[in-house]
Amino acid sequence: MKILVTAKRVVDYNVSIRVLNDQTGVDLNNVKMSVNPFDEIAIEEAVRLKEAGKAEEVIVLSVGAGNCQEQIRTALALGADRGILVETDEDMQPLGIAKVMKAIVDKEQPKLIITGKQAIDGDNSQTGQMLAALAGISQATFASEIDLDDDFATVTREVDGGLETIKVDLPAVVTTDLRLNEPRYASLPNIMKAKKKQVDVYTPSELEVDVTPRVRTLKVEPPAERKAGIKVESVEELVDKLRNEAKVIS
Amino acid sequence: MSILVVAEHDNQTVKLPTRVVVAAAQQIGGDIHLLVAGEACSAAAEAAASIDGVSKVLVADDAVYGHALAENLAELIVELASDYSHIMTATTTSGKNFMPRVAALLDVAQISDIMSVESPDTFQRPIYAGNAIATVQSDDAVKVLTVRGTAFDPVAEEGGTADVESIDLVKDAAVSSWLREDVVELERPELTAASIIISGGRGMQNGENFALLESVADKLGAAIGASRAAVDAGFVANDMQVGQTGKIVAPDLYIAVGISGAIQHLAGMKDSKVIVAINKDEDAPIFQVADYGLVADLFDAVPELDSLL
Repeated sequence: MKILVTAKRVVDYNVSIRVLNDQTGVDLNNVKMSVNPFDEIAIEEAVRLKEAGKAEEVIVLSVGAGNCQEQIRTALALGADRGILVETDEDMQPLGIAKVMKAIVDKEQPKLIITGKQAIDGDNSQTGQMLAALAGISQATFASEIDLDDDFATVTREVDGGLETIKVDLPAVVTTDLRLNEPRYASLPNIMKAKKKQVDVYTPSELEVDVTPRVRTLKVEPPAERKAGIKVESVEELVDKLRNEAKVIS
Repeated sequence: MSILVVAEHDNQTVKLPTRVVVAAAQQIGGDIHLLVAGEACSAAAEAAASIDGVSKVLVADDAVYGHALAENLAELIVELASDYSHIMTATTTSGKNFMPRVAALLDVAQISDIMSVESPDTFQRPIYAGNAIATVQSDDAVKVLTVRGTAFDPVAEEGGTADVESIDLVKDAAVSSWLREDVVELERPELTAASIIISGGRGMQNGENFALLESVADKLGAAIGASRAAVDAGFVANDMQVGQTGKIVAPDLYIAVGISGAIQHLAGMKDSKVIVAINKDEDAPIFQVADYGLVADLFDAVPELDSLL
C-alpha cells in the first residue's frame, strides 16, 4: 500500500517568534524553518510502517513556496521514497491545502494518509479532517497508536479524559498526536541519498484547485503581557497572601 | 440570524465548555439553538433546555451518534446548516474532530479557537502557541467556529426554558466504528473544570514525588497538572499535561511547582487569575508571569505548604 504524508514548512519550534511592527504577521526573515513537528511524527510513523512490511511506498507532500523543497528533502532523508511539491505563493489556508491534498489523493490513490494534528504556526487543527471530508473517507484524529491491517486500521486516539480506540475503513486520514512515536534523526548517508530522490512539482491550477483564501487576517498583535508580581520570602508569607490578599484559598 | 451550537455531553449532562460557547454566541447575537446528538440522550437534552440563553434544543437520538463519530455527526450538522448564520462548538478533542469536516462539506473556512468576538464576522484567535493574536474576518456565508474554553465566562446552567424538538435524521457514513475507551478515573476535579490547579514540572524528579502535590491538592480541592517536560520524562500521564499541546486552563489559582515556564506551558495557563510559582532557580521564566513567586527547594516548600493549609 501507498502512504501519503505531509511536511509543512513552519518556523522552528525553538524560535521565539516576533510580531511585525506593522501588525501584518510575524517576522519570517532569517528565521530557522523546519518541518512541522507533528508532521515529523507522521513521516516517522509511515516509515516505520514501511519498515514493518505494511506499506510499499511513502510519498511526502508539501504545499507552499518553492523553498518547501527543503522540508521535502528532510522527509526524504528520514525515509520517505518520493516527494510532491504543490508550488504556490498564495496564502495557503486549511481548506485550500485540503483541496490540494484531495487532488493528490485522487492522483496517487494512497490507502492511508498521515498528517500532523495541527501545524505549530496557525494552530488550526483542520486540514486532515477537511481532506477526509472532501475525499469522503474516514478519519482518526490525535492518534497515539496505529494498528494497520489490509482494509482497516485500529487507531487509539488521545481525547479529553483519556483514550479512545476506533476502527476506520481504508482509505483513511490519520492525524498524529505527540505520543505516537519519537521521530529519528536523519543520518548523513540518508541525507545524501535524499538528494537523488524524485520530487514532482505541480501548481494548484495544474491540479484545477481553487486555493483563494477565505479568511482575511486584519492584524496580528503580540499577546497582552502578564506583569510579574512579587517574590515572597517564605511559605508562611505565601499562604498569608493567598488567604488575605488574593483571597483564593480559605 | 440564528446560531447553532453543537453541545458536548455524555448523554446525561451537558459539559461546561458548551456553556462557554453559548456565551460567545450571545456576543454575536441572535437566536441560539443547541444540538444534542447522542444515544439515549434525553437527560442531556433536558439539561440543555435549561441552559440560560438557549431558545431551542434539537435532539438527534440514535445509536449512530452514540460516540460522536466525526463522519456521522458532520453529515447531520451539514443537513441542518442552511438555517444558520453561525455553527459553533467548543475547542475540545471532540469539537476539533468533527467541526473541520462540517466546514469542508459546506465549502467554507473554519475559524478555530476564537478568544473574542469583534463583530459577527470578525474574531480574534491565538496563533503560534498563543505568542501572537490574529484578528481575522471571514467572507463565507456560514461561519464555522470553535471557541476557546477559557475565553468567555460560561452562561448559567439554569434559567433557560427552551423548547425541545426531536429531529429524525439518521446519518450513518458506515466507514468507522467505536471500539472502546480507557477513561482515566479521577478522584479530583478535571483539569479544565477545576478552580484550583497545582502542577509539577521536571523539578519533581520522578512520578512518586507527585504524591507531595496530591496531599496539597486534596486539601485545596485542586486538580493536578504537569508540564510537558514532566510528561515527556515519563513522570505522569499525558492527560495531565497543561500547555499548548495539552490542556488550556484558567483556574482562579494556579500553583506551578518545579516548572521553569517554557513558552508552550505558559500558553496553557497564563490566563489563570492568580499564579504562584515555586522554583529554586530564581531566573526561571515562570516568575515573570507569577503573581507570587517563592524561590525555594520544592521538597522543603511543598511539605511546609501542606502543613499550613
